[in-house]
Amino acid sequence: MNELLNIGLIYSTVRTATPLLLAALGGLYSERAGVINIALEGLMLVGAFTAAVVTHYTHSPWIGLTAAIAAGVLIAAIHAVLCISFKAQQVVSGMAINILLIGVPALLSGAFFESTGATPQIPLHELLQYAPVVIAFALVPVTWYVLYRTPFGLRLRAVGENPEAADAAGVSVTRIRYAGVLLSGALAAIGGAYLSIGQSSLFTRNMTAGRGFIALAALIFGKWRPVQTMLACLLFGLAEALATQMQGVVRVPVQFIQIIPYVLTMIVLAGFIGLSRAPRAIGIPYQKEK
Amino acid sequence: MLELRNITKRFGAVLANDHVNIKVKSGTIHAIVGENGAGKSTAMRIAYGFYTADEGEIIVDGQPRRIETPHDAIALGIGMVHQHFMLIEPMTVTENIVLGAEPGGAVALDLTKAAERIRKLSEEFRLAIDPHATIEHLSVGQQQRVELLKALYREAQLLILDEPTAVLAPQEVEELFAILRRMRAQGKTVVIITHKLDEVLAISDEVTVMRDGRVVGELQTSATNAAELARMMVGRDVLLRIEKPQAKPDSTVLSVEHLTVTARDGTQRLKGVSFQVRAAEIVGIAGVEGNGQTELIEALAGLIPHAQMSGRMEYLGRDIAPLDARSRRELGIAHIPEDRHRRGLLLDFDLKENSVLGVHYRPPVAVSLGSVLLDDGAIRKRTERIIEDFDVRPANPDLPARSLSGGNQQKLIIGREFVLQPKLLLVAQPTRGVDIGAIEFIHRKLVRLRDEGCAVLLVSAELEEVTALADRLLIIHDGEIVGEVDPTIATLEEIGLLMTGGKEQ
Ligand SMILES: Nc1ncnc2c1ncn2[C@@H]1O[C@H](COP(=O)(O)OP(=O)(O)OP(=O)(O)O)[C@@H](O)[C@H]1O
Ligand SMILES: [Mg+2]
Repeated sequence: MNELLNIGLIYSTVRTATPLLLAALGGLYSERAGVINIALEGLMLVGAFTAAVVTHYTHSPWIGLTAAIAAGVLIAAIHAVLCISFKAQQVVSGMAINILLIGVPALLSGAFFESTGATPQIPLHELLQYAPVVIAFALVPVTWYVLYRTPFGLRLRAVGENPEAADAAGVSVTRIRYAGVLLSGALAAIGGAYLSIGQSSLFTRNMTAGRGFIALAALIFGKWRPVQTMLACLLFGLAEALATQMQGVVRVPVQFIQIIPYVLTMIVLAGFIGLSRAPRAIGIPYQKEK
Repeated sequence: MLELRNITKRFGAVLANDHVNIKVKSGTIHAIVGENGAGKSTAMRIAYGFYTADEGEIIVDGQPRRIETPHDAIALGIGMVHQHFMLIEPMTVTENIVLGAEPGGAVALDLTKAAERIRKLSEEFRLAIDPHATIEHLSVGQQQRVELLKALYREAQLLILDEPTAVLAPQEVEELFAILRRMRAQGKTVVIITHKLDEVLAISDEVTVMRDGRVVGELQTSATNAAELARMMVGRDVLLRIEKPQAKPDSTVLSVEHLTVTARDGTQRLKGVSFQVRAAEIVGIAGVEGNGQTELIEALAGLIPHAQMSGRMEYLGRDIAPLDARSRRELGIAHIPEDRHRRGLLLDFDLKENSVLGVHYRPPVAVSLGSVLLDDGAIRKRTERIIEDFDVRPANPDLPARSLSGGNQQKLIIGREFVLQPKLLLVAQPTRGVDIGAIEFIHRKLVRLRDEGCAVLLVSAELEEVTALADRLLIIHDGEIVGEVDPTIATLEEIGLLMTGGKEQ
C-alpha cells in the first residue's frame, strides 16, 4: 500500500483534477447565474477536439488553445440562445449539445484524417502540460473574488437567486446570464484542450469519458462555491489517480478499478445533493411579463 | 411629479388599464384604491418600467419620458416597493441595496462604504436596519424597510408602494406611516396602493379611485370619507359592517379537547386547547399571528402528522384524529386555507382543475370503471357554477389560476369549498388582500352558510372581521385559549389586551 502514497500520487491527483476543475468553475459561472449547464461534457469535447485539430494544422498549441476557447464559447452560445432567449428546457438543450459533440468530432476526423474519431499525433508542448494546471488553480481565488467582490459577481448571484428582484433593481438578467454561460464555455473548453494537447498528444473519440458530468457533480458537491468545488475536484482527481495507480498493483480486474471515480460520483450525488442548496432560480427561464 | 396620460394596457383579452390618467403632485402622499383586478398594480408597474404600456404617455417632472425597464425608472428617481418583495434572501441588506447601482469600479465592489451610507440613511429615517443582516433572518416588516432603503439609497424622489400594509401588524403600519410622513417632510413624493380605506384617510393627501381598469375618481382626502370611496370603488353602496341575524346554534358538531401540537423542532405550538363549535354558529379565533391559529386549523383539517398531536378531536361524535385529510373531507369538513398559494391552488392549473381539487377522484367529477376518468363536461359545469355563484372574474374556466387577482383566487377557493355543502367549515384569513366589495360578499356568504346549519370555525388576523362575524369569540395567545368573549359586547381594547397576553379579569 505504501507505494501508492507518494509524490507521484499527489502530482497525478492534481493533474487529473485540473480538467475537472476548469469545467466545474465554468459550470459555476453558468449555474450561479441560474442556467443549468449539463453541456459541460460537450463543451469539454469541443475544446479537446478543436485544440488537437488546430494544433495539428498550425503547429502552435497556443493557437490551438485559443481556437478551443473560441469553439467552446460558440457552442455555449447555442446553449445560451436556446435557454435564455428561447427559454428552452435547459437540461434538454444541454443533453442535445452533449450528444451532438460526441458525434461531430468523430465525423469530422473521419473526413479530415480518414480515422474513426481520432486526430493524428501532435508533438507534446512542454509548457502546455503545466500552464492549464496553474490557470485552473489560480482561477479558484479569482472566481471567489469575482463572485463576492465585484459588481458582476453580485449581479450573477442575484440573477441566479431571484431574477425578478435583479430585474427590478435595474440589472439585465439576459445579459448577465449570457455572460455566465459563455464563460462556462470558455473554461470547459480549456479543460478539454488540456486533455488533448496537454495530457496527451491527440484527440481520441469521446476522450472526456464523462468528466464533464463528474465536474458537474463536483460543482454540486462543492455547493456551487469555488473553494469547495476545488476540493471536490481534488477528491475526484484522487479517486481517479488512485484507480490508475492501483492498476497492476492490486489483483482486481482493471474494470473494477476504473469504475471507482464514477461510483464515487454516484455516492456523492446521492448522499449530498439534498444537503447543498442550489441557486434558487436554477433551471427556470426568466419570463418577463410585457 | 409623475403623470400617467391615457395609459392603456392589455393582457391578452383582459383590458387591465383603459386610458388611465393619474396625476401625482410633488411632495404629496397619493393613494390609489380600487377593487381586486381594477388595474392599480398594472398602472404602477408601467410607471416603474416593469410592464410597457400599449398606449399612452408617462410624464416625469413635466417632460414626456420613455420608461421601458426599471433601470430607466430608477434613473428618473422613481422607486417601487412591490406587493411581493424583490429581495434576494441569502444575501445581506447591503448587497441587496447596492445591486444594480454598485459603488466602486467594475473590479472592486466597495461594500464598506455602501454599508456606512445605508446605516446613516437608516438612522435618518429611523428604520433600525442593520446593513450586514441577511435578508432571510429579517421579519416581514424589516424586509419592507429594506425595500424602502433601497429606494432611498438611490435617491428616489418618488416612491411607489404596492399594498405595503397587507403584510404588517397594526403596530408596524403605524411605524411605516411615520416613515412615509418623514419622507414627505423631506419633499419626496409617495404613491401608496391599499385596500384599507381607514389607511387612505389617515395617510394620504389625494386619492385616485380605479374600477375595471379605469380611473373613476380623483379626490382630496380631506374632502371625502370611507363610504364615498367605497361607493366609487364598487359602483354601489357597500356595507362596511356586516349585518347578521342572531345565531340559533344547534347540537355540537366539533369538540376539541386538550389538543396539543408539537412542531418538528420540539416547540409546543398548541398547549392543550379545548372548545366546541355547534351547528349554525360561527366561532371566531382572534389572536396575533403565530400564536397557534395556523396549527389549530391544520390539525383539524388533517394536515399535521398524527404523531405531532395529542388530545381529542370529535366531529359529530366520532374521533377524527386518526383520519387523513381526504377522509375528513368526505365526512363533510371543508377547509379554506390561510395561504391560498401554498395550500389553496395550483397556480398554473386552470380554474376547472382547481375547482375540482379534492373531489377529483370521485363522482360526478371522475367517472366510469371505478372513477378512473375525468368527466370534462361535469367539471366545466361545476366550475361555471362556482364562477357564477361566487362572482369570479374574469369568468373563464380555462384561465390559469395565476392570472386571477388575489381576491378572485380567494373567491374561487371559497366557492370550491362551499359547493361541498360542508357540515363544518374551517376558514382562515378569508379576506386577506381582498377588496371591500369582495369582503362584503364573502362575509355574506359565510353568514348564509351558517344560517343553513353549518358549523364555522373562523380564524382571522383582522379584529374587525372576527368581531363582526363571530357569534362567539375565543382569544388565543401562545398556543392557549386565554378567554372567550361575546363579540357584541366586548371592546376592541379588551380583546387586544387578551391577545397580547393580558389575562381576562
Ligand atoms: N401578468 C399578467 N398576465 C395576465 N393578466 C394580468 C397580469 N397582471 C394583471 N393581469 C390582469 O389585469 C387586471 C388588473 O390587474 P392588477 O394586478 O393591476 O389589479 P390590482 O388592481 O392591482 O388588483 P389587486 O388589488 O388584487 O392587487 C386583472 O384582471 C388581472 O387578472
Ligand atoms: Mg395589485
